[in-house]
Amino acid sequence: MLEIKNLSASIQDKPILDGLSLCVHAGEVAAIMGPNGSGKSTLAYVIAGKPDYEVKSGEIFLDGENLLELEPNERALKGVFLAFQYPTEIPGVGAMTFLKAALNAQRRARGESDLTTPDFMRRVREAAHALKVDQEMLRRPLNVGFSGGEKKRFEVLQMALLAPRVGVLDETDSGLDIDALRIVAAGVNALRDANRAFLVITHYQRLLDHIKPDVVHVMSKGRIVATGGPELALELERNGYRDYAEEVV
Amino acid sequence: MAAVQETVDRVRSIDVEAYKYGFVSPIESELAPRGLNEDTVGFISERKGEPEWLLAWRLDAFRRWRTMEEPKWARVTYPPIDYQAIYYFAAPKSGPAPKSLDEIDPELLRTYAKLGIPLIEQEILAGVERPRVAVDAVFDSVSIATTFKAELAKAGVIFCSFSEAVRNHPELVRRYLGTVVPATDNFYATLNSAVFSDGSFVYVPPGVRCPMELSTYFRINERNTGQFERTLIIADKGAYVSYLEGCTAPKRDENQLHAAVVELITLDDAEIKYSTVQNWYPGDSQGRGGIYNFVTKRGDCRGARSKISWTQVETGSAITWKYPSCILRGEASRGEFYSIAISNGHQQVDSGTKMIHLGRNTTSRIISKGVAAGKSQNTYRGQVSAHRLATGTRNFTNCDSLLIGHECGAHTVPYIEAKNSSAVIEHEATTSKVSEEQMFYCLQRGLSAEEATALIVNGFVRDVLQQLPMEFAVEAQKLISISLEGSVG
Repeated sequence: MLEIKNLSASIQDKPILDGLSLCVHAGEVAAIMGPNGSGKSTLAYVIAGKPDYEVKSGEIFLDGENLLELEPNERALKGVFLAFQYPTEIPGVGAMTFLKAALNAQRRARGESDLTTPDFMRRVREAAHALKVDQEMLRRPLNVGFSGGEKKRFEVLQMALLAPRVGVLDETDSGLDIDALRIVAAGVNALRDANRAFLVITHYQRLLDHIKPDVVHVMSKGRIVATGGPELALELERNGYRDYAEEVV
Repeated sequence: MAAVQETVDRVRSIDVEAYKYGFVSPIESELAPRGLNEDTVGFISERKGEPEWLLAWRLDAFRRWRTMEEPKWARVTYPPIDYQAIYYFAAPKSGPAPKSLDEIDPELLRTYAKLGIPLIEQEILAGVERPRVAVDAVFDSVSIATTFKAELAKAGVIFCSFSEAVRNHPELVRRYLGTVVPATDNFYATLNSAVFSDGSFVYVPPGVRCPMELSTYFRINERNTGQFERTLIIADKGAYVSYLEGCTAPKRDENQLHAAVVELITLDDAEIKYSTVQNWYPGDSQGRGGIYNFVTKRGDCRGARSKISWTQVETGSAITWKYPSCILRGEASRGEFYSIAISNGHQQVDSGTKMIHLGRNTTSRIISKGVAAGKSQNTYRGQVSAHRLATGTRNFTNCDSLLIGHECGAHTVPYIEAKNSSAVIEHEATTSKVSEEQMFYCLQRGLSAEEATALIVNGFVRDVLQQLPMEFAVEAQKLISISLEGSVG
């Protein structure tokens, strides 16, 4: 479903991704692990189309369509969702206002009509309840004054409402205490679906205790250097990334 | 929330050129001789059938004006204005106006449609001749206006054109005219005093709360006030009035120079809330044409515990030179200034306020939001001064600027002056950009660049939008989105 072929990308002329290839199938949860600086977040941004990154070569196909030819918002409308590691604050814009604008933008792209306010409220309330996001938080400006945990929960709330084809989670576990981690993981697990794929980027095994991956990819120096089952993550937890980092030296 | 969504809807529905001005209709006017001299002033006064004292007042102003120079301190540039090349009096209505909207530039109509202006008001804005026989829509509108008038009269509120006020209430006009903005105040105000065409007059008697916002009625009747508009509003003891000026619709106007004067007066315990939405032609994409808006607006809190509040949304004009101010003379009086100034293209905005604290325990609050896009320059210029005797003065100022793109500029020029040690004056200012992170975040959720910009800017100006009367706020929100079109690549 998501197919990345020989992808090289750089930021400010500094090469980060170096001929990365990766395939994620529908229904699959793929974990991407790797040491700091291996290019995990860059991969997430390049999939989503962040402007600072320059793609030198390669292709990213989602359902057979080359994402690299699309604008960031067009990719979102095709079903790419990025749960940000550091969600951006937008002062003055209510979280609910933002949610509604995003939801309706995506509905219109599919030729659907805008949600009525009661319908919208009901959906938000349901999703918020599951993620223990309270109404007061939704009344605040987007991400402004949110704690680290609140920001991450709000990212997953957005993902739940937007129901993407592929969810890219960029270190969603960072800054979460164990309770928040469980809530967020449960939120992601609830979205697992035969027609949906996840790319879960993380440093640590502990997130994968809660979101069980089907596949684990190890990333180092801008490429995938090992692929295996969930046991690979456990091995990394014991031995660290040393072996894989050396392999490509 | 719904309103923001509506903004997004509007932006979505807009084609590239939102503002097409190119529109001249064959209105025959009775013109004063071109140029400005004492005869011109006399001609204007005579045509309006004014009393001796007003002619003398105009002539005094004119003589003073000849000795004055244009102010040069604002951060705006424009070619020299030839004041002798301007017609100072035009009485329209005499010639054939467009017979129906079919004769109006379709682009202008499209803009009206985008703003959701009712058909009847579109006709009036576009200067369509009113049929003698009332059709439904027209009849409705006229009857509404009549109802308004009856209701106002019942409350004892005087609300009429300036000329009518001179005829019917000369004692009030004479008592208050020029007492806030003296005829000698500044170059443009003095010019206005000499040649003002018409404008509005409001008097709210003691203890009366004006039963309605003076808005829709005003909008319908605003036409033909000309380029030198004069407004005088008096709230007598304990009175209250909310006044809405201007219109979100781009107004047809052939005059490049606008120099209006607005004077507000509140006596003891009175309050005036004055809201403006200004959307005059800003010039084309190359910066050609566009209105020069050099306006003097000032309120005098003459009575104790009185209050004057200015709220403005400025999106139009090539150049805006405007500082709605408050003289806080009465003890414990209060002045407020809430402003959204948006500039795009080649627009230049130099706007702000003055809060002059003269009385004891006077308070003021200034919230200014400047948004600069395109190649525009946007300056906040504000003065807060506490007189020697104005003990207990309190002021809070917050001015924030938001930049969109790399070619615009935002500037903040505060002047603060405290002549007594008990004054407390606070000034906060921030300048920020619509960051690439914010844009990317919005785009990643599926919003287009236009939608994202509208959302972010509406969030930025929200504090001030909330100060506007509801119906105005919704229109203003649409206008903000429209005026920022094309500001993102």
